[in-house]
Amino acid sequence: MQQHSEIVISALGIHPARIDDTSVTRALLVALRGSVGQADLERIVRGLPPASSEVASMGSPAIEIVGLRKSYGSLEAVGGLDLSVAEGEVFALLGPNGAGKTTTVEILEGFRQRDAGTVSVLGFDPAHGGRKLKEQIGIVLQSTGVDPFLTVAETLDMYRSYYPTPRPRDEVIELVGLTDKRSSTINKLSGGQKRRLDVAIALAGDPRLLFLDEPTTGFDPSARHQAWEVVKNLAALGKTVFLTTHFMDEAEYLADRVAIIARGQIVAEGPPATLAARDTAPSVVRFRLPSADIALPDPIRGGATVTGHDVEFSTADPTQSLHELTSWAIGQHITLDRLEVIRPSLEAVYLELTEQAQADGAKA
Amino acid sequence: MNSLTLALRQVAYTNKAFWRNPASAFFTFAFPLMFLVIFTAIFGSGQVTTASGVTVSTSTFYVPAIAAFSVITACYTNIAIGLSFTRDTGVLKRIHGTPLPAWSYLAGRIIHAVLMAVLLVALCAAFGAVAYHATLPSSGLSAFLLTLVVGAASFCALGIALTAFIPNADAAPAVVNASILPLLFISNVFIPLQNPPAWMDALSNIFPVRHFADALVGSFLAVNGSGIQGIDLVVVGVWGIAGLVIGVRFFSWEPRV
Repeated sequence: MQQHSEIVISALGIHPARIDDTSVTRALLVALRGSVGQADLERIVRGLPPASSEVASMGSPAIEIVGLRKSYGSLEAVGGLDLSVAEGEVFALLGPNGAGKTTTVEILEGFRQRDAGTVSVLGFDPAHGGRKLKEQIGIVLQSTGVDPFLTVAETLDMYRSYYPTPRPRDEVIELVGLTDKRSSTINKLSGGQKRRLDVAIALAGDPRLLFLDEPTTGFDPSARHQAWEVVKNLAALGKTVFLTTHFMDEAEYLADRVAIIARGQIVAEGPPATLAARDTAPSVVRFRLPSADIALPDPIRGGATVTGHDVEFSTADPTQSLHELTSWAIGQHITLDRLEVIRPSLEAVYLELTEQAQADGAKA
Repeated sequence: MNSLTLALRQVAYTNKAFWRNPASAFFTFAFPLMFLVIFTAIFGSGQVTTASGVTVSTSTFYVPAIAAFSVITACYTNIAIGLSFTRDTGVLKRIHGTPLPAWSYLAGRIIHAVLMAVLLVALCAAFGAVAYHATLPSSGLSAFLLTLVVGAASFCALGIALTAFIPNADAAPAVVNASILPLLFISNVFIPLQNPPAWMDALSNIFPVRHFADALVGSFLAVNGSGIQGIDLVVVGVWGIAGLVIGVRFFSWEPRV
């Protein structure tokens, strides 16, 4: 095998240094695509990340953050944050106001300079990624404006003209559902329509990576659901989406993976359904008895809280508990009103984790 | 797509938006003409000796003087207030997140302001010719155009630099007016000063407004020779470069907090 590697290396014209077969195979694959320069080939063979973004996309994460720190005066906004987002993933960063969400996302976008740590966005350091990086990302900021006197179509054409390979204008307008507003000037749009225009502008350059900073804050419910559909469409296009939000349902509906940030650090990370082991945490069973003087069966009576007619108990095995409960009720010929099984919500997990972080902070 | 093409495209969009706001466009153009009519009506009967030593009727003097005022309005005032508003509404931050080079955007704004200034000056000159029989410059035409370009560019740069001292858009008109109105009164623009107090003379000589006004009036009213006011132009240019340096160093793409 070593011999094969040496043949490959000499064929590629690379100086043999510390090499292994995996990196040589990778280099060979990349070289076959013909899209990489000599310098990057050498880097790949040595197990280093390539300098150009074209190659960086091969299996490497879209965003990689290690030990990120940022303070404003004596206030530490981000304190040693680690995070990785894969290409094509919809990732949500959840956290209360002031937890460091916006600081983190603005460092990734290149608006803020970090104090310490390494950050890579599509293979670039956003602190000096410049035009090459900006051509590949789309940004929806928390609050931004556009010229109120241009039309939707003109605004998009203007932003499209900044990018080397823009996405067709009418396609973008269609994607965000503003087709019937394309000739309206911006000052005639509603708040929700303006926010969808923000997303459209972020898509103008056909970015690989999209940043959405609290995209639905201030929306009415129907506008939020429309915006969610837009993000779902983006995910279907294979875009990497980095979303910040403080709406649990939003993260749950949209994200493949979420991370909870509190006091400038990640306190939990994972798919929304299993975050902080909430899929295996105890569920709560709740129901109402027809009369207060009915005695509950044995296994339930112990852990149950009874408030008048209302009963609530916690169980690690809701299948078993429900079976016991309902067979008992049928046997007794009673109906259990409002019977429900409540799984620990993302919100409950979120509140627990962020309050814990808050309490730890108060102690420190 | 090179940066210059992008800048020119930006001019087209800025221009389109400018004319779609009719109230703003109308008053940008009506304001200087209004001043021309008012000042001529109040002070226009006598004779005045300009800084370049020419004696003309006051109404004739006001045509190039108000032309200078137009340039300052279109470049300094409009750029400073306009940029503060686009900064505070987040337009600049959004632009800064795109690959559009910063200077292409600013060049677009500057080129548009200079074009508006040229249009205003032409309007003043035409209005002056018709209403006050002020003759258009002939011998001093090239000096007049040179002064116009140097002045417009310098006042744009100073307008950009001033945004560094404007805390928020609400304060922009106040800061801009406080910085420019007093100078307009003591710099041979609104009032041709015949025997100003020494301190006022010295003070107005420091700032670019008087030098620009004197240079524009001097070239407009040149009876012979090129009409070029070399020293005045140099002072205006130096202020412009200083504005550029401050602008580049302290310009903010985000609202100031």
